[in-house]
Amino acid sequence: MNEIDKFRLDTKEWLDRNCPKSMRAGADPKIPQDEVWGGRNATYKNPESKIWLERMGEKGWTMPTIPKEYGGGGLSKEEVKILNEELFLIGAKQPLLSFGIWMLAPVLLEYGTEKQKKEHLPKIIKGEIRWCQGYSEPGSGSDLASLSTKADDIGDKFLVNGQKVWTSYADKADWIFALVRTGPKEPKHNGISFLLIDMETKGVSTKPITLISGKSPFCETFFDNVEVPKENLIGELNAGWTIAKKLLQHERAFISNFGLAAAMGSKRDVVSIAKKHFGEKNGKIQNEFYRSQIATHKIKEHAFGLTLKRAGDEGGKASATASMFKLYGTEHNKKRHELMVAASGINGIAWDGDEFDDDDKNLTRAWLRTKGNSIEGGTSEVQLNVISKRVLGLPSQ
Amino acid sequence: MKLVLTEEEQFLKDTAKNFAEERSPISHFRSLRDNKNPFLWDKDIWSEMVKLGWPGILIAEEYGGSNFGMTGMGIILQECAKTLTPSPLFATGVLGAYAISQFGDDDQKRKYLPKIVSGEITTALAVDEEAHHNPTNTELSAVKNKDTFKINGKKIFVIDGASADLLIVLARTSGIKSDSTGLTLFLIDSKTSGVEIIKLDMADSRNYANIKFDNVDVTQSQVLGDMEAAGEIADNILDIGRIAISAEMLGNAESAFDATLDYLKQRKQFGALIGSFQALQHRAAEMFCEIELTKSSVLSALRAADENSNELQRLSSLSKTVAGETLHLVSNEAIQMHGGIGVTDEYDIGFFLKRARVAEQIFGSSKYHTERYANLSGF
Repeated sequence: MNEIDKFRLDTKEWLDRNCPKSMRAGADPKIPQDEVWGGRNATYKNPESKIWLERMGEKGWTMPTIPKEYGGGGLSKEEVKILNEELFLIGAKQPLLSFGIWMLAPVLLEYGTEKQKKEHLPKIIKGEIRWCQGYSEPGSGSDLASLSTKADDIGDKFLVNGQKVWTSYADKADWIFALVRTGPKEPKHNGISFLLIDMETKGVSTKPITLISGKSPFCETFFDNVEVPKENLIGELNAGWTIAKKLLQHERAFISNFGLAAAMGSKRDVVSIAKKHFGEKNGKIQNEFYRSQIATHKIKEHAFGLTLKRAGDEGGKASATASMFKLYGTEHNKKRHELMVAASGINGIAWDGDEFDDDDKNLTRAWLRTKGNSIEGGTSEVQLNVISKRVLGLPSQ
Repeated sequence: MKLVLTEEEQFLKDTAKNFAEERSPISHFRSLRDNKNPFLWDKDIWSEMVKLGWPGILIAEEYGGSNFGMTGMGIILQECAKTLTPSPLFATGVLGAYAISQFGDDDQKRKYLPKIVSGEITTALAVDEEAHHNPTNTELSAVKNKDTFKINGKKIFVIDGASADLLIVLARTSGIKSDSTGLTLFLIDSKTSGVEIIKLDMADSRNYANIKFDNVDVTQSQVLGDMEAAGEIADNILDIGRIAISAEMLGNAESAFDATLDYLKQRKQFGALIGSFQALQHRAAEMFCEIELTKSSVLSALRAADENSNELQRLSSLSKTVAGETLHLVSNEAIQMHGGIGVTDEYDIGFFLKRARVAEQIFGSSKYHTERYANLSGF
């Protein structure tokens, strides 16, 4: 048996022994499922969620490509492919959802010092520390580089003052990676630094924002004379913008993949909703107008999926395509929800109470939530700007 | 299915690109149109394509072809479409070569395939009889009498029909209009008595004909594939054709888009390059995304054809729809962004609009294929 076949066999056996039954396809629907984000204050409705995270974290398989010395799996590309296939075969649940994994870890690997990598990566990989992202500010949305949260040099520390907004789950996070202004006199892009801040530090506070969907996934985060050790600076002083942009690419790639994965894996399917409300005859949706709109939409979805596959086959080289995927993935997700709401008629705009199914009420909220998809992580208009300038080389005004 | 070109395919792409740019720039197409060339393609250019082996790309080696496959053919069509290269490659190298290779008997293959490879004959596929593509609406009849058939009826919008030596004709041998059964394909020499070719003048200045069949006698040996099985056979040939024309449409869209981008970077108004205006930048960026989606759709469909995938039909309808919608958008925007010169005959960009609308109709519009995609997807 060659090495790679042995790896497959070992992986199969390990998953067989270590992946709890309720973390696999066909789990008892009565067992509650957690959305596992880890962190200091994590709680679990199902204790097997915790076991699954710990076992995968110990193996480093929540980030299988990261070298073992930083707590990762240290696997080759081929081995990761096998691992994913085996996880897929048993329908294993993702052990950990994490901004640390999706956004911070890749830039830590690239820009962090040896000490910083050894300090933070293992905790991200094991889900011990939950991270949030401190980018946007009340006065700096699309024009992110105009941010004004300042970090003043006070000897061996920075003194941070200011406010961040749209911080996802800041009220539940342990640490924040933040963009701060360290060079007030420099041109705006050249005075920004990338700083890691423990949310338990004195002077840090958060306040949830209620969205139109009624949910509160985002917060405002305040910094009031927060002292941060200088060793928490990533990269050079005032060189944070490069890191910030790199991280945004990871974020955009993640958001667009997430949108499509959500469409593929969602229990909500526009076709079955339309069949339910309009009826079907010989398998056809009994409303020509909606059927035609849905078909057009499904074709786009298919073509988008093929484009993601092509980008993967090409080796995912182009960074500018991250903007395209972010733009397309989020606009597509919005359209999908509009179609589902429209096909549901009155039920598609249900808010609360016992007269409506949970499915309908959840759809309404999910639809409202999608309106933020094309705003967060850079608006669709910002993505169009990036494509115009970086890909098409169109001149600035 | 890997959605990235192999080294060999990339090499073929470079060859085709150089050929199109050097031997057949858009000015070549313009001169054929202006000089009222009867075929609207050039025999010398076609001979050069034959020497490069292009008509034999879908043909097995034992008949002189290279059997390189549909992806290779798609790449050539895409590159040639960038300069609007007119040639019989689509009707002969794709439709004729595929139909006979796939469904012909040994005698038919031996008789026709080597001649396709050598450029001795060109072919045309005669399917439609109405303004909107619909193969099952065939009424042209082939009535059997012992071992011969009498063919009567009319085919319209036959691509390269004005020049083809061999016609592949979809006929009804039983049943009535709109039945998907009772259809049979025939191989008919265009010089046969009773065949009348009426040349068409279409907006894109390419070679098309309506063809009348008046008591045309054909024999059993001219039946292509099984009798009464052409509902499926023709649909398979058409799917290959739809994928190939999608590759062409992708090339058209890329070229019109590149020309427009160049213009946005040159033209000044209000003291600034018009490409610096956000109103135009965003529309250009949207076109870029649509073209990227089209590239993936077309390449997936080409690969599906090579791999004989059971997704072939769905991917064929997908790529024809996506390519159709993209080219429709790009050809309209290209004119608008060029402003006044965009609507002059002197400037080339208008050629892409005219070609786009005709190509959109070939073997089914986006509407037709959106409907077909929905049917194949179970809703």
